[in-house]
Amino acid sequence: MRTMTYRDALREGIREEMLRDERVFIMGEDIAGYGGTYAVTKGLFEEFGEKRVRDTPLAEEVITGTAIGAALGGLRPILELMTINFSLLASDLIINSAAKFRYMFGGQPQVPLVIRMPGGGGAQRGAQHSQMLESLYAHIPGLKVVAPATPYDVKGMIKAAVRDPNPVIFIEHELLYNIKGEVPDEGVEYTVPLERGDIKREGSDITIITFSRMLHVVLQAAEELAKSGIEAEVIDLRSIRPIDIDLITDSVKKTNRVVIAEEGWKYYGTGQGLAALIYEHAFDYMDAPIQHVNSADVPMPYSKVLERAALPAKDDVINAVKAIVPEALVRR
Amino acid sequence: MKTVEMPKMGDTMEEGKILRWLKKEGDTVKKGESLAEVETDKVNIEIEAFSSGVLRKILVPEGESAPIGAEIALIGSADEPLPASAGAADAVVPARAASATTTAANRASSTSAPARSAVATQPAPPASTNGQGRIFISPIARRLAEAHQLDYAQIRGTGPNGRIIKMDIEAALAQQITAPAAPAPVPMPTAPASAAPATMESEEVIEIPLTSMRRTIAKRLSQSMQMAPHFYVTSVIDTGKLALLRQQINEYAANEPEPIKVSFNDLIIKAVARALVRMPQVNVSFAEDRIIQKKQVNVGMAVALETGLIVPVIKHADQRSVLDIAREARRLAEAARTGKLKPDDLSGGTFTVSNLGMFDVESFTAVINPPESAILAVGSITPTPVVEGGQVVVRDRMKVTLSSDHRALDGAIAARFLQEVKHQLEEPFGLLL
Repeated sequence: MRTMTYRDALREGIREEMLRDERVFIMGEDIAGYGGTYAVTKGLFEEFGEKRVRDTPLAEEVITGTAIGAALGGLRPILELMTINFSLLASDLIINSAAKFRYMFGGQPQVPLVIRMPGGGGAQRGAQHSQMLESLYAHIPGLKVVAPATPYDVKGMIKAAVRDPNPVIFIEHELLYNIKGEVPDEGVEYTVPLERGDIKREGSDITIITFSRMLHVVLQAAEELAKSGIEAEVIDLRSIRPIDIDLITDSVKKTNRVVIAEEGWKYYGTGQGLAALIYEHAFDYMDAPIQHVNSADVPMPYSKVLERAALPAKDDVINAVKAIVPEALVRR
Repeated sequence: MKTVEMPKMGDTMEEGKILRWLKKEGDTVKKGESLAEVETDKVNIEIEAFSSGVLRKILVPEGESAPIGAEIALIGSADEPLPASAGAADAVVPARAASATTTAANRASSTSAPARSAVATQPAPPASTNGQGRIFISPIARRLAEAHQLDYAQIRGTGPNGRIIKMDIEAALAQQITAPAAPAPVPMPTAPASAAPATMESEEVIEIPLTSMRRTIAKRLSQSMQMAPHFYVTSVIDTGKLALLRQQINEYAANEPEPIKVSFNDLIIKAVARALVRMPQVNVSFAEDRIIQKKQVNVGMAVALETGLIVPVIKHADQRSVLDIAREARRLAEAARTGKLKPDDLSGGTFTVSNLGMFDVESFTAVINPPESAILAVGSITPTPVVEGGQVVVRDRMKVTLSSDHRALDGAIAARFLQEVKHQLEEPFGLLL
């Protein structure tokens, strides 16, 4: 095992797939010579050349359409959109073309497209450039939506996403690129399945479900809760669509209490959607209503102080847990 | 004016009877001074004043009972006017509805005690209704209650809006079976006389009303038999070496600065404790969805009182020397006899030993003391003819029977445990190491 950054692990995954399958190529704004806005594709242009590492114009709708076309034509494009915020410009292509072509044309065409983009905020990017938006795409049949949170997962999942014949919305996070984690040694081939969640910490008192950058906030909260005698089971969703409801249900049957912690907004988001699913599958095991931890229901402030106030933090997770774990349990 | 409320002073305490007021109306009371002697289902306790002042009004007279939380007296300054309701005859009637709503109002209610099982409630108070007669209960709690045929209408919930939550049901189930269990061993003279309810006598029968202790025993043991599928494993133990060791220990201990006599039961408790350390899978409790393995080895010893059965617990029996166990057992038995056992002496047990040997009982089966998973019933030591090397010789033998909860323990585990206990007793030198 090696310790690597999320960014390096991601790049390694992309590179391995490009080496494995010559149909795989990458395209996006400033990904070639510049190495990508977040340096994810750094060095790939030098290695693979301009045919397989393509800079594009600053035109999300057009480049997404191009990527879809390439996929329809038998290639395996990995499209980088600079952030998920800009994907809104290409939303018609993603939702109405990529997601639907295989269905609408009787399964004949495949759209084996991976659209990579960072989501979320916390770097003072302002209201228009700090959104998570994963639930928008998770609503659409025909798409897979994933959000890996660790270097191990991001490398395994980018490889799995490239091999998947479906269009995959691959959501990273600006503040995840530098985090470090354990990744198998070079040459060890592995993938991480796209539809499975992962228990990142076992516990028996409460299930905290989360994904992307919030995983790390939740794990910190769990450590602190353990000092009060509350053992939290932390589930990293990894896949937003489809969601690993069986993994979640098993956990809920054990703990009877759920907190869903995410960076996105509360209303009509992933958390509320998942909560409804949990009530559907595990109602008889609930000891308390599901608690939600979200960003404040406002456009993300630019001001550093206000942004920090708007984003959910460790204490918000802890308070949500304590709201439904009975006091008597806490005093153990 | 401060109210004095009946405090909860034990896991299973639902109500207390005022045996004796130690202060009269008009007496000055200092914070910390004892106010009254109260009888609970297990022990007699003195309750102390939490505020200083003058005892203005006694609301519950001697001989009467009040449930936990009920107002029993008022302490204030000498010239403060008494509240209008203070003199009312029904002040004794527990403020149940009031306390139910207050609990509903704040989740972390004052009835939350440190022990998990103590948090919830007394079956008596009415349900956590919201005024419209609805009971709030979480789905898992209801499921659990129904699985155990528990009528949750009587349970006070500690969740928001008085919602009954899983913990409340678990506590109610544990409470129904937390009183002492098992047949009476080690006989002790009468417990302190407590005002027994009036006996009724007719031509054919004498009707003896139940004391709270008897009621608790009845409830708990029934629950234990109903919920835990009991199975029994018997072993015969050769006590020759054990008797010799005991003799040697007592010769030694007679010369200790505080002389003590070690009984066979003390040695058996030590043997059991050692066996539990080696086989922690017997030191468990069965919960609905998991087995809870206890890290401490706390061995209860069943003690017979005139009024009933009580099981004080020798904590950390595995870590105590044989002499220490003997001293602790003496202390607990004496305290039980004089009604001075503290709630702490009665809680936390992980296994129980019940000994009827002194009654010339060859063997018997005991009822498991919940939430434990097993109990050892010890019979008398009897000279027995046995065959050894083709000859008939006489050996001292003792039958012990292990009752086990099949939900938590299987036959092989129980048998192996018993084997371990037998080994500890037949090669008893290990008890000293």
